[in-house]
Amino acid sequence: MGEAIVITSGKGGVGKTTTSANIGTALALQGKRVCLVDTDIGLRNLDVVMGLENRIIYDLVDVIQGRCKIHQALVKDKRFEDKLYLLPAAQTTDKTAVEPEQMKQLIDDLKQDYDYVVIDCPAGIEQGYKNAVAGADKAIVVTTPEASAVRDADRIIGLLEKEEGLEPPKLIINRIRSHMMESGGMMDVDEVTTHLSIDLIGIVADDEEVIKASNHGKPIALNPDNKASIAYRNIARRILGESVPLQQLNDADKGMFTKIKRFFGVR
Amino acid sequence: MKKTQNVTIKGTKDGLTLHLDDTCSYAELKQELNRKLSNSTRVQEEDKLLSVKVKVGNRYLSEEQQEELKDLIRQKRNLIVDSIETNVLTMEEAERLKREGEIVSIARVIRSGQVVEVTGDLLLIGDVNPGGTVKASGNIFIMGSLKGIAHAGCEGNDEAVITASVMKPSQLRISDHINRAPDQISDEEVKSMECAYISENNQIIVDRLQALIQQRPNLTRFEGGR
Repeated sequence: MGEAIVITSGKGGVGKTTTSANIGTALALQGKRVCLVDTDIGLRNLDVVMGLENRIIYDLVDVIQGRCKIHQALVKDKRFEDKLYLLPAAQTTDKTAVEPEQMKQLIDDLKQDYDYVVIDCPAGIEQGYKNAVAGADKAIVVTTPEASAVRDADRIIGLLEKEEGLEPPKLIINRIRSHMMESGGMMDVDEVTTHLSIDLIGIVADDEEVIKASNHGKPIALNPDNKASIAYRNIARRILGESVPLQQLNDADKGMFTKIKRFFGVR
Repeated sequence: MKKTQNVTIKGTKDGLTLHLDDTCSYAELKQELNRKLSNSTRVQEEDKLLSVKVKVGNRYLSEEQQEELKDLIRQKRNLIVDSIETNVLTMEEAERLKREGEIVSIARVIRSGQVVEVTGDLLLIGDVNPGGTVKASGNIFIMGSLKGIAHAGCEGNDEAVITASVMKPSQLRISDHINRAPDQISDEEVKSMECAYISENNQIIVDRLQALIQQRPNLTRFEGGR
């Protein structure tokens, strides 16, 4: 029996889909059997980021409405032998086509066969969000160090805390620009974490390579040298229960590093 | 056996007091009250209105009965009922009073979009994040940062206060007064251990926590000790 992790944020455009793709990839690289589920019905794009768009035959709504079996709809990622699968969202209908109970049933079925079910949540707090959260055991909230994203993350955390059977959510701070944090033009990691008062599971630097990789349908986590890739791999290791220290954002920036160390209680 | 008076009128330096016996029936009481007020012709004829206090002892009077008695007294003479005092409380009233006097403690973060409303005083152990709201019919004490909205005395209590370990609210409301944060706040300014209250000129004032001792001495409920 595996576990289901929902990746959510409230605000759009903070990198939920990229994060889902990369955490899924990184977990598969660690040898786990992973199924990615795109719940953004009507606006699917996890398949694009994973480079699996042209192999889709059936989708999530087909499975739920009984037009096909789960295994028929799952798209296998050939780069990982038998480790990584994607259940794509439907593009022709909208979020009301699915009910939370149906979603929960589907996720429960998937958990039988996979170690991790990673659910990519749509933006917003309406039906799509409710569907995505219905079957999840754990939640990861993605935010960027901007006031608007943090505000929405705060709202989402409040909603997640009310959800029954869900562990307290963990936080990923995405798109960090270390030079802006230094100059005070961006909220720093410490500030965001204290404000939201939940556990931090990873920080990811803003990197053009991430966008490039997504455009080519190859998640950045496949690239072993990239900083953002290492960040995602570290997050995957933390999900697996390892304790990995936070990445150093900038070699020259000792002050920041000390701050983060202090945050983790390392003196 | 009878002839003990059910209604006695006493004059004090604050005005008249009507003592109504609590052992007779309500109908009897009304009758006697009626008779007595009509009889006593020696009440001065001048137009000055007299206020009376009505003491009913251990009798419970419903809202309608209270109104009825007030009307009865008002019709008769130039008397105005100031208050009706009774030793009896209904369960409902007692519970409401108890809730109003209580301090409700909550240990969690009030996040954006969440509204917490309590009767009585609120003791919040945690932050109020921007977009979050706390409301109390009494005072609000926050052991954490107040970055959202706090509304004390929300049922119309001007005496209510708000205190916070870190006071950076987006809005403060006390009773029906509203105060919002200035558009420019310098980050350097320490906003720790502060309180807010309504001043004499009807404005919400934010001050050091220590100022509250002079402004609202009634906040201290502790008695005795050394």
